[in-house]
Amino acid sequence: MAYRTNAMLCMCTNCVSNGALRIKDSLEGAIRERGLENEIQVVPTGASGLCVRGPILIVQPEGIFYQSLKVEDMPHLVEEHFLKGRPVKSLMYTPPGEKAPIPTIRDIPFFKSQRLIALRNRGLIDPSRIDEYIANDGYKALVKVLTSMTPEQVIKEIKDSGLRGRGGAGFPTGRKWESAAAHHADVKFIICNADEGDPGAFMDRSIIEADPHSILEGMAIAGYAVGASRGIVYIRTEYPLAIERIAAAAQQARDYGLLGKNILDLGFDFDVTIFRGAGAFVCGESSSMRASIQGEPPEPSAKHTHATEKGLWEKPTVLNNVETLATVPVIINWGAKWFSSIGTETSKGTKVFSLAGNVVNAGLVEVPMGITLREIVYDIGGGIPGNKAFKAVQTGGPSGGCLPAQYLDLPVDYESLEKAGSMMGSGGMVIMDEDTCMVDVSRYFVDFLRDESCGKCTSCRDGLDTMFLMLSNACEGKGKEGDLELIEELSGAIQVASLCQLGQTAPNLVLTTLRYFRDEYQAHIADRRCPAGVCKALITFRIDPERCKACLLCNKRCPQGAISGEKKKPQTIEQEKCIKCGVCRDVCKFEAVTVQ
Amino acid sequence: MARITAQDLDRIGEEAKSRIHLRQGIARGRILVHMGTCGIAAGARAVMMALIREVETRHLGDIALVTSSCAGLCSREPMITVELKDQPPVKYVNLTADKVKDIVEKHILGGEIAAEHALSVGSERVL
Repeated sequence: MAYRTNAMLCMCTNCVSNGALRIKDSLEGAIRERGLENEIQVVPTGASGLCVRGPILIVQPEGIFYQSLKVEDMPHLVEEHFLKGRPVKSLMYTPPGEKAPIPTIRDIPFFKSQRLIALRNRGLIDPSRIDEYIANDGYKALVKVLTSMTPEQVIKEIKDSGLRGRGGAGFPTGRKWESAAAHHADVKFIICNADEGDPGAFMDRSIIEADPHSILEGMAIAGYAVGASRGIVYIRTEYPLAIERIAAAAQQARDYGLLGKNILDLGFDFDVTIFRGAGAFVCGESSSMRASIQGEPPEPSAKHTHATEKGLWEKPTVLNNVETLATVPVIINWGAKWFSSIGTETSKGTKVFSLAGNVVNAGLVEVPMGITLREIVYDIGGGIPGNKAFKAVQTGGPSGGCLPAQYLDLPVDYESLEKAGSMMGSGGMVIMDEDTCMVDVSRYFVDFLRDESCGKCTSCRDGLDTMFLMLSNACEGKGKEGDLELIEELSGAIQVASLCQLGQTAPNLVLTTLRYFRDEYQAHIADRRCPAGVCKALITFRIDPERCKACLLCNKRCPQGAISGEKKKPQTIEQEKCIKCGVCRDVCKFEAVTVQ
Repeated sequence: MARITAQDLDRIGEEAKSRIHLRQGIARGRILVHMGTCGIAAGARAVMMALIREVETRHLGDIALVTSSCAGLCSREPMITVELKDQPPVKYVNLTADKVKDIVEKHILGGEIAAEHALSVGSERVL
């Protein structure tokens, strides 16, 4: 059946939670009502990337980008665009501060500057149809390796491409495969690490939701290269849609004979099982994940031998991240030379980042390595909302660091980020504006890490607890002279005495904020002052009588009844009753509520 | 779904490609069906359906079918504009399902303008 128009409706977790399923029903209903069901095809796809504008519909072949859709928009959209050929301007994307909408996806700056390798099929194919993946060169790389390459050649190709692990540490993928291939065993494992646990990170989830077959193909190629016939996708159970899609994809691949015994009658066996993790942060670490799959408490163990020699069930095991595996088929198809021409000297290819926090275009981006933070935050991310100033960007999740404005022109690659005290990590990027208190941010992430610490090592378990206590004290105005030095000393102990990477990197965020925002810490401790106006114990809300227009809006909205004053006279806040919730400041139209 | 071989993979890919590559902007050309109120009243829907059938049966997956608004010559509707890559657009008027079949055969497949149905070559200058 041919259709003249494909309505590509984003069905990622974000859009579904914003009502994409109801929109799909309404859209299909409106199409039927107009008798267009044989002309217009509604195609559910994975995330388009500009998640903050969801639900999103891209109409092809024209490439019209519709955003922030509502159920009631659908009949109008179908009548105007699908029936009469007049794209609906009011539903298009208008950049902040601009008046004219940008109709087509290829002209929107957010999409224009990106380069898609791991996300090559996002928004283009229906992830539930294997045929559409095949149409875009899907499983071609698997056939290529099985029919015309030896495992050694595959490993060499990946080594030559310069591909490094996209999950955090950046270990060269080809060398990992080579090591596993060199160890002989009756069974070997390929594990796909989809246990994405960093707050604000959703790269892996989006790749699986948009293009599950790319991961399965990457795993099968890895299996052929190292001589493994068993694959496991370790995915957190909080990702129900991703689990559903990859399980369905694996079944389709099995039906076609692209997974299972004797793949495509070419004499290679490989199959995949899905293992659902219960969502502990520590399970993303290799030895903890192994313990979890083996039914043991998820705690890291000392790595006297590499997992590529003795990993899961003491068998040679390759653990690769989702994004790494999704990139593999493209390298096989297009060649190591092509791939290594993208990026920098030591960091090849592209990287997927999830942009979150105080940024206009929150969402998912894939960019060439070596791009500057400024390009990501301003050109693609659209800058900081409300014309606020940029303060810091946190890269690499809770194990990464916070980099201030002076690093905006830093090229994003493994080495540069590490040199600045942060890390690439799995690609979470949280952007913070001038109203962010760095002490409070540190406290938040240390609280997360303290909660997620498995408790095996004293340094991590008790060290992070103590650190949290000291940071809380600083936020509550109970900090003491010498606390900062103690935090630094404690950080050193946690780094050297913890067994796993998660413990060793846990103090990164505190250390970088101490390095770049020490004044702010000192203001909390020495002056009992929170310069950003965030820490409640250190701030007071006041109403500026000069600016107050006596509209009484704050008076009515205050949940404590702490604001009083006569009509037509400036209002005042009773400090004893005030809980510093900030409602008065948010509702005031005259900026009369000040924070000190 | 039955087990497939490496050769089947190419066939499946080609079949699916004709369905999806318009989504990726890979088009040799496009046919605009003018679907203003005038066009629809004069039978543009039947013209569109005929074009969809032609694209399907003749495997013209690289030709985009696009609806467009009134072309300004309401008395000669239904109208289409054929835009092939690197060629000036051609407007056809007073169409029926049979006539568009003829146009697809001569113009899209044969590369010759179907002069008997054509109104003009070229479009208005915009701005």
